Amino acid sequence: MTDIAKKISTFITDNLLLGRTVDLVGTSSFLDAGIIDSTGVLELVQFLEETWGLSVKDEEMVPENLDSLVRLESFVKKKLGK
Amino acid sequence: MQIESVLEERARRAPEKVALVCGTSRWTYAALAADVHALAQGLIALGVGAGDRVALCLENGFEAVVSTFAVLEAGAAVVFVNPMTKAEKLAFLLHDSGAVALLVADKKLETVTGLLSQSPRLRTVLVVGDVPRETRTSAPDVLAWKDVVSGHDPVRPTARAIDVDLACLLYTSGSTGSPKGVMHTHLSLLAATRSIAQYLEATRDDVVLSVLPLSFGYGLTQLLPTFLAGGTLVLERSFAYPQVTLQRMSAERCTGFAMVPTIAAILLQNDLTKFDVGSLRYVTNAGAGIAPELLKELRRRLPSTRIFPMYGQTECIRATFLPPEEVDRNPTSVGKGMPNQEMWIVDESGRRLPPGHTGELVVRGAHLMRGYWNQPDATAQKLRPGPMPGETVLFTGDVFRIDADGWFYFVSRKDDVIKTRGEKVSPREVENVLHACDGVLTAAVIGVADALLGQSVRAFVVKKPGAELDERAVLRHCARHLEDFAVPRRVEFLEELPKTPNAKIDKQALQERGGPA
Repeated sequence: MTDIAKKISTFITDNLLLGRTVDLVGTSSFLDAGIIDSTGVLELVQFLEETWGLSVKDEEMVPENLDSLVRLESFVKKKLGK
Repeated sequence: MQIESVLEERARRAPEKVALVCGTSRWTYAALAADVHALAQGLIALGVGAGDRVALCLENGFEAVVSTFAVLEAGAAVVFVNPMTKAEKLAFLLHDSGAVALLVADKKLETVTGLLSQSPRLRTVLVVGDVPRETRTSAPDVLAWKDVVSGHDPVRPTARAIDVDLACLLYTSGSTGSPKGVMHTHLSLLAATRSIAQYLEATRDDVVLSVLPLSFGYGLTQLLPTFLAGGTLVLERSFAYPQVTLQRMSAERCTGFAMVPTIAAILLQNDLTKFDVGSLRYVTNAGAGIAPELLKELRRRLPSTRIFPMYGQTECIRATFLPPEEVDRNPTSVGKGMPNQEMWIVDESGRRLPPGHTGELVVRGAHLMRGYWNQPDATAQKLRPGPMPGETVLFTGDVFRIDADGWFYFVSRKDDVIKTRGEKVSPREVENVLHACDGVLTAAVIGVADALLGQSVRAFVVKKPGAELDERAVLRHCARHLEDFAVPRRVEFLEELPKTPNAKIDKQALQERGGPA
């Protein structure tokens, strides 16, 4: 797992899953898996912004960018220009 | 008339009209009714009888809508279960309701199989999605929802319920800790549905967008009045991605949208000018009171949309609405009684109070619950003799003020139930979970004001001597046993809990200590 994926995974485990055991890597949709809701998305975006100094626009807050670990990782990379 | 006839009437009169949109799929009234009939036949064949209870633990979607009507057509009552419900509470609900069948999504099947031994009345589990081969043969019967639908003829069964029969149980949290099953009959649901459709001026041209679960009275009343009027329901699983919701609203040319204050606050964090929401005729707010600042902002950002602040409780579904033309003038009021109901306020001894006073709200009408399932004492507390011999009226437990012009203002609840994100949370239920956590000596839970959530759940914990316990560990424990919205947002550790002179936990002192979230 990359450093980015690891940090996101730790954040989700600690703040959204709160000890529920879920295979985050194998989850294709956080929404389908019941991992995230509307306040969870806000917390996640705040975490991305604070951790990597990003600014996430409204229109970027969509499942295509945020709804799985793979998507989150490539979204953060794209925002960082990697 | 039975409540399922709101669908059947439309299937007869406008069979080709689109009734339901979920994701990229749409169903006409005729197509929906056909699957409802087939599933009802299937349930009957599986032994579901008139008067039985059938639990639905499904996310918003086509299957949840079909299942709701099919259970009713089979003459049984729907036990609505929030799909976020954790194992222990689901076991309680199955046991308390005595459900003979459970309809559940495949991803919850593993949780459910562990509970079956505790639910001896449960004979059948219908699974929406994939059913693993190894679970198919066990008792109770575990069957695929879609096989039951495709395996039966789409013929409407002969009516097996009359309108005074139980139509559903909607579980609600109270101050006692265990949720209570609010009994609604076909008649009470229909009365609420008709009143709501009337004041929202629902028509067949309406396209109502709902992100609220059908297991929530407010979610159910997006479905029923829309179908009564012959409109279209766009049913979304959640509001997790507001941008997606706004895109749907625009693409489907939605005319109505139901919010709780948290949804309104999140919606307003988005730039609405980027979406064409010109079709939006009205938005509603219920679940918790909406702040005047939010109303003002909604008015500014959606100038051509009518806003209906409303008040209700599961026990009567809905009681008041504020006419949109009053919103600017009277933003803190929840309005007056909806059509075909009466309401007033009373003092401690039950005496009716004139305008200008503050007292407990009492509601009278055909939309009142029939009582709490198997809880005659709790029922007698809420439903008390009314003005007409033999009738009962609902003592809401909510305190209101009426001004000189007859407008109602919510003042407070008489109990300590927390309202967060529009959901009710029983402090006692959370405290019970905390008391079962290793290392916790004692705990108390309150709601503290929160701009986004309305109230947020705050826990105060006293550790056992020597116990190693941090906030994270307590939250983890809570998340395993409570729905997400009921998990405390913060835990504070205290040396001891403040007490009142008669040795009760002093929640007022905790409230003062709680401060902002």
